[in-house]
Amino acid sequence: MARGIKDKVAILGMGCSKFGERWDSGAEELMVEAYKECIADSGIDAKQLNAAWFSTAIDEVHVGKSGIPLSMTLRLPNIPVTHVENMCASGTEAFRGACYAVASGAADFALALGVEKLKDTGYGGLPGGRGGPLQALWNANGTAPGNFAQLASAYMAAHNVSYDDLKKAIGHVSWKSHQNGAKNPKAHLQKAVEMDTILNAPMIASPLGLFDCCGVSDGAAAAIVTTPEIAKSLGKHNIVSVKALQLSVSNGSESGHNSWDGSYFHTTRIASKKAYEEAGIKDPRQEVSMFEVHDCFSVTELVTMEDLHISKPGQGWKDVLDGFYDADGKIPCQIDGGLKCFGHPIGASGLRMLYEMYLQFQGKAGPRQLKDPKIGMTHNLGGAPRENVSSIAIVGRYE
Amino acid sequence: MVGIVAYGAYVPRLRLNRQAVYDANKWFAAGLRGLAKGERSMANWDEDSITMAVEASRDCLTSHKPEDVRSLYFASTTHPFKDRQNAGVIGTALSIEQNLLASDVGGSQKAGTSALIAGLNASRNGAPSLVAAADKRLARVASANELNYGDGAAALLCGTENVIAKLVGHHSVSMDFVDHFRGDETDFDYAWEERWIRDEGYSKIVPPAVKAALAACKLKGGDVTHFIMPSLMPAVPKQMAKICGIGEGAVRDLLGANLGDTGAAHALVMLVDALETAKAGDKIMVVAFGQGVDILVFEVTPENARLPRRKGLSGWMARRKEEKNYLKFLAFNEMLPLEKGMRAEFDKKTALSVLWRKRDMIYGLVGGKCKVCGTVQFPRTPICVNPNCHAVDSQEPYRMAGLEANIMSFTADSLTYSPDPPAYYGMITFPEGGRFMSDFTDCDKEQVKVGAKLRMTFRIRDNDIMRGGFKRYFWKAAPV
Repeated sequence: MARGIKDKVAILGMGCSKFGERWDSGAEELMVEAYKECIADSGIDAKQLNAAWFSTAIDEVHVGKSGIPLSMTLRLPNIPVTHVENMCASGTEAFRGACYAVASGAADFALALGVEKLKDTGYGGLPGGRGGPLQALWNANGTAPGNFAQLASAYMAAHNVSYDDLKKAIGHVSWKSHQNGAKNPKAHLQKAVEMDTILNAPMIASPLGLFDCCGVSDGAAAAIVTTPEIAKSLGKHNIVSVKALQLSVSNGSESGHNSWDGSYFHTTRIASKKAYEEAGIKDPRQEVSMFEVHDCFSVTELVTMEDLHISKPGQGWKDVLDGFYDADGKIPCQIDGGLKCFGHPIGASGLRMLYEMYLQFQGKAGPRQLKDPKIGMTHNLGGAPRENVSSIAIVGRYE
Repeated sequence: MVGIVAYGAYVPRLRLNRQAVYDANKWFAAGLRGLAKGERSMANWDEDSITMAVEASRDCLTSHKPEDVRSLYFASTTHPFKDRQNAGVIGTALSIEQNLLASDVGGSQKAGTSALIAGLNASRNGAPSLVAAADKRLARVASANELNYGDGAAALLCGTENVIAKLVGHHSVSMDFVDHFRGDETDFDYAWEERWIRDEGYSKIVPPAVKAALAACKLKGGDVTHFIMPSLMPAVPKQMAKICGIGEGAVRDLLGANLGDTGAAHALVMLVDALETAKAGDKIMVVAFGQGVDILVFEVTPENARLPRRKGLSGWMARRKEEKNYLKFLAFNEMLPLEKGMRAEFDKKTALSVLWRKRDMIYGLVGGKCKVCGTVQFPRTPICVNPNCHAVDSQEPYRMAGLEANIMSFTADSLTYSPDPPAYYGMITFPEGGRFMSDFTDCDKEQVKVGAKLRMTFRIRDNDIMRGGFKRYFWKAAPV
């Protein structure tokens, strides 16, 4: 493989707004909230930033196009600002841009900031959206839960899993995130929920009930990256470095060719394999300490844990029910509450996941702090199971 | 010898229970009690006269090639478009465009027979002509028409080879006797008194015309084996037959008990009903009344018994689901101002340039087949979808509308806006290869499961009310 990015970039500082229904704030206020924490944590001055990447995904009316909204909101010193959009992977995409700038030597300090202000649309759930004018003429008139729900029907058929077993397993996924989110003051939903409530919730798109769907939240998250050498020279300890950044995008084989059975994410399998290779990880089930994965829907997380090569294909639901991914399990997943409870402001999510990793490595995760994590992995999935963008970031202690 | 060479029909799956309609309206219109029995056909929310005509035409063309059709007449009084050729949409959906004369016929309840006369005349030189008729008439709440009307379609292929019913003759009179009308500014019919229509209209206009037709065909009334004459007054056809010396046993059932009157299509719907069982030598007389009369006389040939099987009227009638929810009927016909929610506000503007470029794909469900690796795919794209091929510019058009598909994955979505929630959709795969994410229609929960068989059907996808009702059509999957 190409030389990769392992240990070429360090996270100098991070910030994250409170996620939730932020009726008090617009996108600008959320951006500033995350940025203030981030720049203070980094210890540098805004004038030292060489470049910035800005991510939003849905409904550009909230901030508008281009890099201008970020530059104007933060009053950046006329540096290059790139606006990125790659659906739910947008936040990780902004981080990737900033990291590559630093790794290339083009920038010493680069900012990545993602935001989404969803609660000004007037209704719950994500606003409707379609592909271009051609897709609008033929593609099924679906929603995000409807598209992801199909993972469940295909997974049950592919692995001969009963409806009740699957429903219990995906219910456990949500139960776990609620348990974790309850310990996170920045999370949108901070309430533990009983299994019965989850299993008996109203159906959104069968078999996904209300509690199988992540929160629709407002929020922003930011990172400033530099080289490990510069971080050290600035007197930083507990340096967190980037081990791998991978992105895999569907080329249409899943949606158009009969080789895919609908029960897994083709792109996640590819991206995670490449990421392990880039990071030098041989046995992820033994080496990765924690995951933040794209749990837009409970079934997505379950299937993703197989596609990340942690659970065996068709066995993920058993690992979930065994508590393997619980806070006190072998590899905690969504220790911060995940998209399910921390919330899912699309453009911010990838950076929010990295924020949790960063806190955990620094021992600043409060009541949900894990014991001595070494390697953390984040994963985003944009689009639908049949056509998507899958992004992976692996970060860890810089030795 | 010119005549009919094939027939087809279409009836929507839903059957509205008339008692349920009466129960909802009897507080206001107790007089409808006599009509509160049986059921009428009820179009799904995604059906209109175009989609029904497409289905009837496909049924008709079971045994024939669409590309042989040289002219296409589409009769209706409920054409979805006033200015845009409705017959042209049907032609494209059937994948016929080249060398096709497409024409809309309307304006009267005898539009179906007028179209049939035109089709027969157009095919005299041997070029097959397709005649499709469909109606989906609206009626005011608590009206007799609401109970009497039905939604449906028929299609007839006219030609000179393997004729199943040869044209003996036809006769028409046209006179502006206005029994009912529908103006440009309303959705509903307005009618004059029934007794006047019967005594001054039917009784004075029909018998002389029938007698003239019999004379022209050198037949006597007693020679007619099947007398087809739609009317909202069930006694009238019998009366007319009697006056003209046609035996009472020849008068065909109006199909009122389970179907209802399908408007401009009904004479042809009844003709299909007759052809399904007619024997060689039978004489069929079709009479359609509407500001005059059209009369056609056919003689059934031995070829009728050899016509390959199709669903026909009986087949579509057998595919049936009772609907007792009158509110659903009103909602499907946009006669109930439901709170649809914000998701219904999504802009449905159609890029007409895109539709034009991709019309074979969208209206004809024509995908691609790779010349290099043989992979079937939808949509047809510049580069082959097969991960082991990716050949460039290698795909030839491949019709998929007639292929069966299977459900690979599915959901019932209660979040998305649908006029009939939950919205069923999922990934469908074709055994020949090819797949796409498809809306499902005409289905119940228990029919939707992984592996279930589906057939493709031409339906309304969206109605762009912001731009005056531009309907977008595409194919949906329905349980076989």
